[in-house]
Amino acid sequence: MKLKQHIKDIIRTEHLQYDYVMRDEEGNEAGYYRALDDVDLQVKQGDFIAILGHNGSGKSTLAKQINGILYPTGGTVWVDGLDTSKEENLWEVRQRAGMVFQNPDNQIISQVVEEDVGFGPENLGVPTEEIWERVEESLRVVGMYEYRKASPNKLSGGQKQRVSIAGVLAMHPKCIVLDEPTAMLDPSGRREVIRAVRGLNQVEGITILLITHYMEETVDADHIYVMDQGHIAMEGTPREVFSRVEELKALHMTLPQATLLADELKKRGVSLPDGILTIRELLAELQKQLGE
Amino acid sequence: MIRDITLGQYYQTDSVIHRLDPRVKLAGTVLFLIDLFLIQNVWGYLIATAALATVIHLSRVPFGYIIRGLKSIMILLMITVVFNLFLTEGTVIFKVWIIQVTWEGLRTAVFMAWRLIMLIIGTSLMTFTTTPNQLTDGMEKGLRPLKYLKVPVHEVAMMMSIALRFIPILLEETDKIMKAQQARGADFESGNLFDKAKALVPLLVPLFISAFRRANDLALAMEARCYRGGEGRTKMNPLIYNRRDKAAYLLIFAFMAVDIFVGRFF
Repeated sequence: MKLKQHIKDIIRTEHLQYDYVMRDEEGNEAGYYRALDDVDLQVKQGDFIAILGHNGSGKSTLAKQINGILYPTGGTVWVDGLDTSKEENLWEVRQRAGMVFQNPDNQIISQVVEEDVGFGPENLGVPTEEIWERVEESLRVVGMYEYRKASPNKLSGGQKQRVSIAGVLAMHPKCIVLDEPTAMLDPSGRREVIRAVRGLNQVEGITILLITHYMEETVDADHIYVMDQGHIAMEGTPREVFSRVEELKALHMTLPQATLLADELKKRGVSLPDGILTIRELLAELQKQLGE
Repeated sequence: MIRDITLGQYYQTDSVIHRLDPRVKLAGTVLFLIDLFLIQNVWGYLIATAALATVIHLSRVPFGYIIRGLKSIMILLMITVVFNLFLTEGTVIFKVWIIQVTWEGLRTAVFMAWRLIMLIIGTSLMTFTTTPNQLTDGMEKGLRPLKYLKVPVHEVAMMMSIALRFIPILLEETDKIMKAQQARGADFESGNLFDKAKALVPLLVPLFISAFRRANDLALAMEARCYRGGEGRTKMNPLIYNRRDKAAYLLIFAFMAVDIFVGRFF
C-alpha cells in the first residue's frame, strides 16, 4: 500500500532533515546548522506547488534536495519513486526533476540560445535530430523561438530565465523545481516568467514546484507550503493560507496588497469573505456590498 | 574601451567561409601561419596577400572591421619596424648622426610588418567567421587523438567555451564595480602607472570573488542538467566534412605548395 503511494506521488519526502556542517579554520567540524527539520511533502503528478518562506527558511535547501544536488542527512526523498540518496539513481532523478536557478546569467552555458537549450539533451545522449526537435519544441513553449539564434547576453532577465526553463524542458522532465526564478527580475520580467511557468503546468501538465518569496506568484498554485526555520509552518490551498493574515505576518511574509486591504477593511467592520487574493476579487466583493 | 576591441570576436553573417567546418578553418589558419614564416621573397608575400584578400572577400566581413582589430597591435608593430629599420647592419642608405638606415634593415622591416599584419588578419579572420562554440567543437574533435596521451581534450574545450561566454558578463561586472567605487571616491584615472595599478586592486578583489561565486553556481547548474563530462554525450551540431570542406583542404594545400615553392626558390 505504501509503495503504491510512492509511485503515484511525483515527489515525496518523509521526515526529511538536512544539516549544513560548519567547519572551523582547520577544517574540523565545529557544529552544524539544521536547515531542514522533519519536512513531509507530497506532490502529485501535474500539481502546481508553491513553497513560500523568507530568507533562511530552508526553502532553497529543500529545492536542492529534490534535484539530487544535496542529499538528506535524515529521512528520505523520493522523486518519481526513486530514492535520491542512492548513487545509481542520481542522473535519473536529475533528468526527471529539472531545476531552474535564481541567477539567469549563471546557468546559461552557451553563447547561442538554441545551443544552450540543447545542452541538457546532449548530456543525456539524445540523438542529434531529436535534440533539434526538442529544442524547437521547448523554445516554442516558453515563447522564445524567435530568439533561437540570439546571444543570451542580449536578452532581458525575463527572457534569459525563459531560456533556462526551456533548457530544462528539453530534457523532458516530469517535474520542474524553480528556485526563486524571479528574485533578480523586474516586475515585467517576473510576470513573463510566471506566465511561462503557469503555461507549463496547465498546457504541458508538468508538475511545478515554485519556490519564491513573492506571495502574488502563488495565487494560482494548487497547494502552498510556507516554510520557517526548516519546518513547514503552514500549508493549504492559496485561499486557506492567505486567510490566515496574522500568522503570515508573523512569518515575515509580504502579503498581496488586495489581501492586506481586505483584511484591514474586515477589521473595520466591512463583511468580506476570507482569503481574497486578487484586486479583481476584492473589487467584485466590494461592488456586491455596495450594491446591497 | 575594452568593448571596442574587435580582435577575436565573431562577426555574424552568412558566407562560404562561415559555413566551412571549423576544423578546416583551424588547420587552414595554422598552415597559413607556417607558410608566412617559410616564404622569403616578395613574390611569396604577394601570393599570400592575394590568397588572404580572396578569403576576406569570400568571408563578407567588412575590411574596415578587420582593420580595426589591428589597432591593438599598432604599438608592437611600430616597435618591430623601428628596431629592424635602425639596427640592422648592411649597406647604408643614409646616416644622420648615429641613426642609420640600411637596405637590409628596410627590407626586414617591411617584410616583418607585412608578415605581422597578415598573421593578425589571418588569425582574426578565423575568429570572425567561427563562433567560439564551433571553434571549441573543432578543437575537441580535431585534437581527439591527443586523448590517448591523456590530454583532457573535452574538458579543455568546455572550459574555453565557458570562459568565452563569461567575458562579456565579467566586463559588465567590472564596469559596475568601477562605477560603484568611483561613486565612493575611488580614482582610477590620475597618477602614474603604479598608482593606476594600485587603484585596480580594490577592483580585482570583488571581481574575483564574484567570478568564483558565478563559477560555483554554473557548475551546480551544469550538474543539475546532467552534465557528467564528455563520455556518452551526443552533439547538437556534429562535425562532418562535406564536399565544400574537402575542396577547401585541397585549395589550402595547393596554395601552400605554390607559395612555399615560389617564396623560397625564385
